Amino acid sequence: MRIEGRGQIDRTKPVRFSFDGRDYTGFKGDILASALLANGVKLVGRSFKYHRPRGILTAGSEEPNAMVEILEGNQQTPNTRATVQELYDGLKARSQNRFPALSFDVMGVNDLAAPFLSAGFYYKTFMWPRPFWEKLYEPIIRRAAGLGRLSGKHDEGHYEKAWAFCDILVIGAGPTGLMAALTAARAGADVILADEDARMGGRLLADLTGVDGKSGPDWVESVLAELRALPNVRLMSRTSVTGAYDDGTFGALERVSLHRSPAPHLPRECFWRIVAGQTVLAAGALERPLAFPDNDRPGIMLAGAVRAYLNRYGVAAGKRVTLIANNDAARLTARQLMAAGVKVAAILDTRPDASAVEECPVYLGSTITATRGRLGLSGVTVAHAAGTATIETDCLAMSGGWNPTVHLTCHLNGRPVWREDIAAFVPAPNAVPRLTPAGACNGAFSTAACLAEGADAARKALAALGRTAPPMAAPKAEDAPYTLTPFWQTPDVKGRQWLDFANDVTTKDVRLSAQENFASVEHMKRYTTQGMAPDQGKNSNVGALAVLADATGRGIPQTGTTTFRPPYTPVSIAAMGAGGRGAGFAPQRFLTSDQASRDRGAPMIEAGLWYRPSYFPKPHEKTWREACDREVLMVRASVGVADVSTLGKIDIQGRDAARFLDLVYTNTFSTLPTGRVRYGLMLREDGHVLDDGTTARLGENHYLMTTTTAAAGLVMRHLDFVHQAFCADWDVRFISVTETWAQFAIAGPKARDLLATLGTMPDLPFMGVAPVTLGSVNARLFRISFSGEQGYELAVPTRYGEALFRDLVARAETMGGGPYGMEALNVLRIEKGFITHAEIHGRTTAFDIGMEKMVSAKKDCIGKAAAARPGMTGPDREQLVGLKPLSDAAITAGAHLFTPGDQVKRENDQGYVTSVGYSPVLNAWLGLGFLKNGRARHGERIRLVDHLRGIDLLCEVTDPVFHDKEGVKLRA
Amino acid sequence: MRLTCPLCGERDRREFYYYGSDDYLNRPSEGAAPDAWDDYLHLRTNPAGITHDLWYHDMGCSSWLRVTRNTVTHEIHAVEAIAAPKASARGAAK
Repeated sequence: MRIEGRGQIDRTKPVRFSFDGRDYTGFKGDILASALLANGVKLVGRSFKYHRPRGILTAGSEEPNAMVEILEGNQQTPNTRATVQELYDGLKARSQNRFPALSFDVMGVNDLAAPFLSAGFYYKTFMWPRPFWEKLYEPIIRRAAGLGRLSGKHDEGHYEKAWAFCDILVIGAGPTGLMAALTAARAGADVILADEDARMGGRLLADLTGVDGKSGPDWVESVLAELRALPNVRLMSRTSVTGAYDDGTFGALERVSLHRSPAPHLPRECFWRIVAGQTVLAAGALERPLAFPDNDRPGIMLAGAVRAYLNRYGVAAGKRVTLIANNDAARLTARQLMAAGVKVAAILDTRPDASAVEECPVYLGSTITATRGRLGLSGVTVAHAAGTATIETDCLAMSGGWNPTVHLTCHLNGRPVWREDIAAFVPAPNAVPRLTPAGACNGAFSTAACLAEGADAARKALAALGRTAPPMAAPKAEDAPYTLTPFWQTPDVKGRQWLDFANDVTTKDVRLSAQENFASVEHMKRYTTQGMAPDQGKNSNVGALAVLADATGRGIPQTGTTTFRPPYTPVSIAAMGAGGRGAGFAPQRFLTSDQASRDRGAPMIEAGLWYRPSYFPKPHEKTWREACDREVLMVRASVGVADVSTLGKIDIQGRDAARFLDLVYTNTFSTLPTGRVRYGLMLREDGHVLDDGTTARLGENHYLMTTTTAAAGLVMRHLDFVHQAFCADWDVRFISVTETWAQFAIAGPKARDLLATLGTMPDLPFMGVAPVTLGSVNARLFRISFSGEQGYELAVPTRYGEALFRDLVARAETMGGGPYGMEALNVLRIEKGFITHAEIHGRTTAFDIGMEKMVSAKKDCIGKAAAARPGMTGPDREQLVGLKPLSDAAITAGAHLFTPGDQVKRENDQGYVTSVGYSPVLNAWLGLGFLKNGRARHGERIRLVDHLRGIDLLCEVTDPVFHDKEGVKLRA
Repeated sequence: MRLTCPLCGERDRREFYYYGSDDYLNRPSEGAAPDAWDDYLHLRTNPAGITHDLWYHDMGCSSWLRVTRNTVTHEIHAVEAIAAPKASARGAAK
């Protein structure tokens, strides 16, 4: 029900929306909850376990009941709190966790079964028989439980992540936060003021508390106007600071466009990481519900929320309101309602000694013994100091006092401290370094105290940053003492008293937990699910542990709290993973030949972050194998061109460059003549192979190292470590030039003929290198081969890469050759027994791959000592072998090897297959693998078993080099 | 977590690669006993308190850094480049 003349909404701008298919109208400035209440809608959801009818409890992000699905096609958002969702034209909301309808939910039968569904029900009931859990119990429970649903479609919504940095971060823009931000801003500090609400002002907007002779909203506006005008202040509304992390880092979620229908140009949400020199926490406080029988009916709300709906949204939460409270401050709710012309049936004060002077009936020493109304409150029964009373009422405002919002101060392990005088937990001192809690979240509840603490906290932060605060007079505001008498549960009454509304936990459940010896607060939480709902116990944790303390006879401080962890409010995974879906999952690296390869229809495959052509299909080829076989035969018969630019290239220079290479490689590079290339093997310090590749000596003090594609970054890091840790004073410097050069392999018997068409080329010996010019472009020519054929690699600056690739391919094609892809490249190297990281996978040694002679005895190198340890060499090691099936059948990498006749079990495992390929040259499948004592077993038969793919066949163990063992072709 | 790289300034930990204890700086000399290598490669303390470990400024200047930090309070006490002059006195490869 709207109250004329109240509220801070724009009544000239009506907003249409729907809830559960019915159309309603609200106003600009409304939240969904206020618009529903204005339209008389009280029943908004069903509870998690018993499917009890539930209404709106709060007016903020702590709401446990009023969670709805916002329907926007693919972007359907579940579990949206109606108390946070701003109204926009065309908003469609739907209630959750009910079937078939909110007013008639068949799962409400759970409520009748409540005597059997007490705490620990699942643990006691579904214990046996064991297999039933997965097959029967869990699916049924999963279907019955649960909250909102997603659309089931791909969410097209756009989300963002961002960083922000500031001198002083102020969290919360109530009186405390505004005062802190103002003080810090006037001192010239770089300030971010973040608040989860769409409008800043906190309780000043909800309670209309005056400051300095102005109304709350007017004072807020004057402060915001000054802050907006300052260049050193950023105001971040709709931004919930969700977590405190090390070194002044905070996570925050901004609802960028959730207050309007989706627009393609706007992100839905942005997940911020804010880094602050100093932080003022002004998070405020959350009101506590009271526990009495059936205190969960729609229409029973927090007193502060009733005030917020009245003052901010011009909505009376009921026609005939009753207040129950254990403190003085809540009386404001009744007074403001009466001043607005709303009938207040009675004030029920749990304290026998409070004031009875109000303009409505006041019952002291009151407890509520029963409530009525199935889908909405209709009345309460009261026992009070002078007797009993039955009150007709459709809205009960309750207040059990306030809990400071200490959550962020606990994220780095701080344990809050109990303060007896306010019966609440406050932040532990210095719980988060460089963060000062102030105002209500620090236990200061009057407006004057909040303003003063906000200013003080800002001054402290400024001092820590070496700045001075300008002199500022403290604004004048109410400074009423906060007086309350704790009231945790209603004694000696029948009926269930709810603590956690979202998860259906009652005082009885907590007592049962204690009785069954789940008496520690952490055990109680897990046994009863108290505080494990989306509100994470914001409304109920302190009440529950007070009941637990009572049941166990311990005090509240001895009972302690559970651990508050980030996030403070739910954060959508879409926001945290913003930009990481689809192509955004990882960076993409493209070759200079990328477009040329795609032009030829080559499917691209990922190699690390790179995309490389898999094969180059001809129109008549139906399978990849046909293309691959043709490309292999092409290279063996004429000439092929492949882009090999993905290999890591490291330019190494300096007088100690040779000495440095001798340290990182097992073999010697100081003896390599200028103009020559050498294959090198690199070990990790633990003696296993790190990488291999060729290194060319371009000059006396100038080398060019190549690494494998996979290990390019790893090797760079390794070289940096070895250099900086062990020989920083040597005269050697290096830099990655992987992306500086485009490099192409030209392989095959006609490779030299192809090169000759490019101009005069030096007559390089095998493993030679020379600078060449292609037109006016300086290039490098290497005579190296990864195919086993006569092979060259030609490198040009990256910007000429595409042109050179297209040119080389065109020339090759006139000679019966062409481009070849990764599949063919792989078959060629398997035929030749060359290894890749499939073989040097991190657990193999130089001995295993047959290269132990490459570990020089004349010098030290990284990994040399560890490679000589017992167990790193010898016949027990699995050694590199070739494998050739005795039949025509295909073999697979990942298969394991067994001695024929042995039982196929782990204990008999003889080795495994690392690489396979079909050789069109030998008309056979070939494999490389590791076999125990393999080098001594050439010629033996071995059983190859792949349980996953159903392969079980016999292979011949061979030398790993199948093609041109003597290297005649290589050197031709 | 934020580290102040001596060259680049204060940066988020996502820019850095974590390696392990700074024991890795004390490489045994060539011919050292197997125990010394075992110690160097495998044996680490796991302190609740001050620890010195190695980080690589992967997304920055490529410096290897020795970070002194507290595993209990998460305080960062010092960040220094391992290639400082004294680095030349370490290890066998001089």
